Amino acid sequence: MLIIVLISAVGGFLLLRAIPALQRNRENFFTYGGSWVTTNTSAMHFGIAEMLQVTVLVSVFALLLAMPVALGVAIYLAEYAPRRLVGLLGYLVELLAAVPSIIYGAWGLYVLAPQLRGSALWLNEHLGGFFLFADGNASVAGGGTIFTGGIVLAVMILPIITAVTREVLAQTPRGQVEAALALGATRWEVVKMVMLPFGRSGYISAAMLGLGRALGETVALLIILRSTQKAFNWSLFDGGSTFATKIAATASEFNDQYKAGAYIAAGLVLFVLTLIVNALARVAITQKVQS
Amino acid sequence: MTALLERPVKLRTFAGVGLRRRVANSIATVLVTAAMVLALVPLVWVMYSVFDFGFGAVSTSAWWTHSQAGMTAFVAGGGAYHAIIGTLLQGLLCAAISIPIGIFVAIYLVEYGAGTRLGKLATFMVDILTGVPSIVAALFVYALWVATLGFHRSGFAVSLSLVLLMVPVIVRATEEMLRIIPMDLREASYALGAPKWKTITSIVIPTALSGIVTGILLALARVMGETAPLLILVGYSQAINFDMFHGFMGSLPGMMYDQTSAGAGASAVPTDRLWGAALTLILLIAILNVAARFGARIFAPKKF
Repeated sequence: MLIIVLISAVGGFLLLRAIPALQRNRENFFTYGGSWVTTNTSAMHFGIAEMLQVTVLVSVFALLLAMPVALGVAIYLAEYAPRRLVGLLGYLVELLAAVPSIIYGAWGLYVLAPQLRGSALWLNEHLGGFFLFADGNASVAGGGTIFTGGIVLAVMILPIITAVTREVLAQTPRGQVEAALALGATRWEVVKMVMLPFGRSGYISAAMLGLGRALGETVALLIILRSTQKAFNWSLFDGGSTFATKIAATASEFNDQYKAGAYIAAGLVLFVLTLIVNALARVAITQKVQS
Repeated sequence: MTALLERPVKLRTFAGVGLRRRVANSIATVLVTAAMVLALVPLVWVMYSVFDFGFGAVSTSAWWTHSQAGMTAFVAGGGAYHAIIGTLLQGLLCAAISIPIGIFVAIYLVEYGAGTRLGKLATFMVDILTGVPSIVAALFVYALWVATLGFHRSGFAVSLSLVLLMVPVIVRATEEMLRIIPMDLREASYALGAPKWKTITSIVIPTALSGIVTGILLALARVMGETAPLLILVGYSQAINFDMFHGFMGSLPGMMYDQTSAGAGASAVPTDRLWGAALTLILLIAILNVAARFGARIFAPKKF
């Protein structure tokens, strides 16, 4: 089967191309967090520690924003929406996924960030003692921060979480819903006692699919996040690079197999990361659907 | 006797729903409705921004007929013709490769591989492929096509990486359509003595065609907006280039990205071009989406 060959080929070729560069790396690939020095190809310095941190922070932040909204939308469409509007509203939420990520990026930096400036400054000023809102290495007022990026990313992963959660909620046995109603449950109680326990695992898998999408998102974050040389401190007002933006931003350096290899090694880590997250989510969903 | 049964012996008293439960119910209703509204805000906002900022650039006739050749970030003028051509060419070539692969895989999964171990593995792999980030797909094509096989970066390489992103979407859509075709139709065909391949080509595919076409068009709309492969696999060119195998090539997302590095947001000309390209891309995707709806009707099985 072509597909199976394909997916192993992706991993295989990335590994093949990464190994020569990794052999010339003078740092520990997994723990080195400083800036990448790839100009001298016989003694390169590169590692993924900081990219991993930025990627995780921005993805988890986006996930935390998107999860409650997605659950609300899924419940609304499953139980509350007027029958005639369900199709239209569902279509509109799916349209969110049809907007190209570069447009989200441009919108996030040039339209959304100026609007967020007030609340970002407020958070930074009043809650600055808390590490998430502390002064970061990017300008809070400039908007090229993980804060802005995470919000945009949340919008982008909302449709996928919503779609999968809806699918699972829709499989709630109608009999159980009607039984609850017959016992005098209010609409909310039906949702809380019948639909949510039934759909919980599906919802969690949906969130993991969203996380997978967030980890690999490239262009929106590439436009929004300010790259910086200063160290990352787990603040939402940090800039920095995720795996994907680092690779994309330095694509012009891809003129030498060792230089490119360094970035391909980072891409391989990203591939493995998303593979694990997606595989876990898919296994959980498949089991849910079959049981 | 019957007269007595018409009304209850004792008047029933309902306790009514307690205040706490009613309040909880109302709060939940408000919250989920708010979530729905909140989810639609970005869609409306993004669309409004793109139309508002992009309309000025798109409404000139030069936008649709001229390229950016020889233009700088300081002089207004030129158009997006080179970028539209690039996006369409890359998209169409990608579709030409992906459609047969996607449909064949789906047919295998539904008609031949259902329930077998290979079929299950392939389904799982398609799911995994759906989650592969576009940048990883691009890196893979770079590692294989450019670094290992020694070809140059080109529009064709971009198409190859888009194939990786498009195939799983087509497989998913086609698979879903094939599954909902009633078994009776297939059995009727077998009963008439038709072999399996004949049943698939002349009964199953035509019946599912409308859904397949819709899926393909939506998948095409999805990949046309991809930017990450463009950054890695082809340089951005301001001039028209029809050659998929040589040289740099313009494209709408590439043009947008080029404007962000040319100072969009700070100076007027790149900002206009950025939103103009964004609006053009949105229009292209909208056309494909509308076409997907109509395509479904045109290819729908004829009623006799």
